[in-house]
Amino acid sequence: MIKLENIHRNFQVGDQAVHALDNINITINNGEYVSVMGPSGSGKSTLLNLLGLLDSPSSGNYFLNGNNVTELDENQQAVTRNQNIGFVFQVFHLIPRLTAAENIELPLVLAGISESIRKERVHNALDSMKLLDRAHHKPQELSGGQRQRVAIARATITEPSILLADEPTGNLDQKSGLNVIETLEQLNKKGITLIVVTHDAALGARSTRSIGMIDGRIESDIGASNVTGA
Amino acid sequence: MLLARDAIRFSWQALSANTTRTFLMLLAMSIGVGSVVILTALGEGARNYVTAEFSSLGTNLVIVIPGKSETSGDNPMGLIGITERDLTIDDALALKRHPKINRIAPLNIGVAEVAWQSRKREVSIMGTNHEFQKIRQWKMAQGKFLPKTDMSRGTSVCVLGADLRNEIFGAHSALGQWIRIGDRRFRVIGILDKEGQSMGMDVGDSVFIPVASAQSLFNVPALFRIFVEVKTREAIPKVISFIKSTIQERHQGAEDITVITQDAILATFDRILSALTYSIGGIAAISLFVAGILIMNVMLVTVSQRTSEIGLLKSLGASSKAVLNLILIEAILLSSLGALIGLILGQLGCWGIRSAFPDLPAYPPAWATLASILIALITGVLFSLLPAKKAAQLDPVVALSNR
Repeated sequence: MIKLENIHRNFQVGDQAVHALDNINITINNGEYVSVMGPSGSGKSTLLNLLGLLDSPSSGNYFLNGNNVTELDENQQAVTRNQNIGFVFQVFHLIPRLTAAENIELPLVLAGISESIRKERVHNALDSMKLLDRAHHKPQELSGGQRQRVAIARATITEPSILLADEPTGNLDQKSGLNVIETLEQLNKKGITLIVVTHDAALGARSTRSIGMIDGRIESDIGASNVTGA
Repeated sequence: MLLARDAIRFSWQALSANTTRTFLMLLAMSIGVGSVVILTALGEGARNYVTAEFSSLGTNLVIVIPGKSETSGDNPMGLIGITERDLTIDDALALKRHPKINRIAPLNIGVAEVAWQSRKREVSIMGTNHEFQKIRQWKMAQGKFLPKTDMSRGTSVCVLGADLRNEIFGAHSALGQWIRIGDRRFRVIGILDKEGQSMGMDVGDSVFIPVASAQSLFNVPALFRIFVEVKTREAIPKVISFIKSTIQERHQGAEDITVITQDAILATFDRILSALTYSIGGIAAISLFVAGILIMNVMLVTVSQRTSEIGLLKSLGASSKAVLNLILIEAILLSSLGALIGLILGQLGCWGIRSAFPDLPAYPPAWATLASILIALITGVLFSLLPAKKAAQLDPVVALSNR
C-alpha cells in the first residue's frame, strides 16, 4: 500500500522556486490500476519518480507497505526499489550491449541472486512475455513492442508489488502499444499495483482510477479508492 | 549485494562493447608499463655489463697508479713542491715480498709502428711480464704468452693480439716470424685469443713485449701501472697498506702513488648505474602516471556517455556504492589488462634488445616489474575514483531523462 502525506517537492530553477508537487495526499491500495494524467509540467513525472524512490520529497512522508521510506538511507532505498518497485520507461532504457535475457536478468544480478535461480526466473519471464525466441538478441535487433516487453519483464523479474510506467506506449505504434498495455493489465490482474503516467486520454480511460494533476496539485481523483476502502 | 563475479562480468561486457575506447586505454597503460620494463632492463643491463667487464679484469685485483689523485692541500708550495717519482720495475719487484700477493705485473704503454714484410701498422705496445696474462685471465689462440724471465731483462719476443695478427699476417703463419717494432726486431711467440675491448684497451690490436724491452724501446724507465693480484679478498686492505708503505719508503717518504681496487671502481660504477636505472625507471613511471590521467579522462567521458545507463541501474535497485564499484572494477580490469599486455610488450622489447646487443644483459629487475604493475593498478584505480564518484552521485531522475 502506498500512502503519501503532505508531500511537497520544490525545485530551484535559477532564483525561482518551483513547486513540482504541492501538498499531495493520496493512498493507493495494493492491486489498484491507476493512471496519472495532466499536462506537461503538472508534476506527474515527479510524482512517479517519488513513488519509485528515485526522488525524495522536500517535506512530507511516504509510507510504503506501512514503512516510512522517506527515512531510509540511500542504500536501503536502493534495496526497496529493487524488491518492491518496477519501472517501465517510454524509451525502454535497455542496455544495448546486453541481450534481452541479460537485460531482464539485471535486477536479479544487482540483488546478488545466484545464477541458477536467475536463469530459471529469466526463462519464465521470457516465456510469459512470449520472448523465448528473442532471448539472445540485442535490443537493436528487437521491435519496439518487443523491447518494451523486455523492459516489462525486467521491471517485474523481482516480483515487485508496484509497477510504475511512464508513458509506456509513447514510443510505440498503436498495435504494439495496445499489446504492451494489455501485458501490463494482465500483470495488474495478477495483483500488481499498476501506476501509469500518460498524456493519452484513451490509455488513461482504461484504468480503474484516474488521478488528474495540474501545477503540482491533484485536481481530480476519479475511481476506485472508495470502492477498495482505503 | 551485487556478486563479485557478476560485477566483473558486467564491467567486462561494458569494456568489450566499446572496443576503440578500451583499445586506447590499454595502449596507454601497456606503453607505460612496457616502457618501465624496457628502460629499467636497459639500465640494469648496462650495470651488469659494466660489472661483468670489471670482473673480467681479474679477481682481487689492485692497481697501482703513479701520482696522488688527492691533493693534500696543506702544502704551501703547491704542485711545485712535490717531485713526483716514477714507478719503476724495482718498485714492482719490491712488492713481491708480501706473502699475500699472488702475482705482480708491471705495465708500460707506448705506440709504435709494427711491420712485417711490406705491411705496417701503428698500434699500442704493452710492456709487461708473464703474469699479466694470468691476472687478466686471457686465453692464448696460439703459442705462449711472454716467458717467465727476470723483469729487468728485455728479450726480443712478442705476443700479438688476434686482430693485429690477422691484419699483418693474413693467411700466413705468424708464429716464429720476426716482426719489426719501432727500430727493433721481435720474434712472435704467441697469439692471444679474441678478447675484444677490455677496460679501454683494445687487446686485439696490441702487441705485448717484455717490460724491459718496452722501456728501452720507448726510452722510458717509468711504469704506467702495476697490477697486483692478491691471494684473498680479505687480504686486500693489508696489501694496499703494504704497497703504500713500501713505495713511500722507496720514494723517500713521498706518498706519490694511488692504489685503486677493482671493488672500489666497481662500487662507484654500481652506484652511478643504479641511480641511472632508478631515474629512468622514474621517468618511465611518469608515462604510467600520464596513462592514469588518460584513463581518468576516458572514464569521465564514459560516465557522461553512460549517464542514462547509470540512472537505469539505480532505478533497478543499484545503490551508489554498487555503481561506484562497477566503474572501479572497469578501471581495475583495464589497468591490470593493460599492465599484463605492457609486461608482455616489455619482455618482448627486452628480448629484442638482447637479440640485437648480445653483450647487454637487458633483463628487467624484479622490483621494476613489480613496481610498474603496482603503479599501473594504483593509478588506474586512483584516477577512476573521480569518474566513479561522479557516476555514483548521478541523480537517477536526471540521468534517466537524458535521452
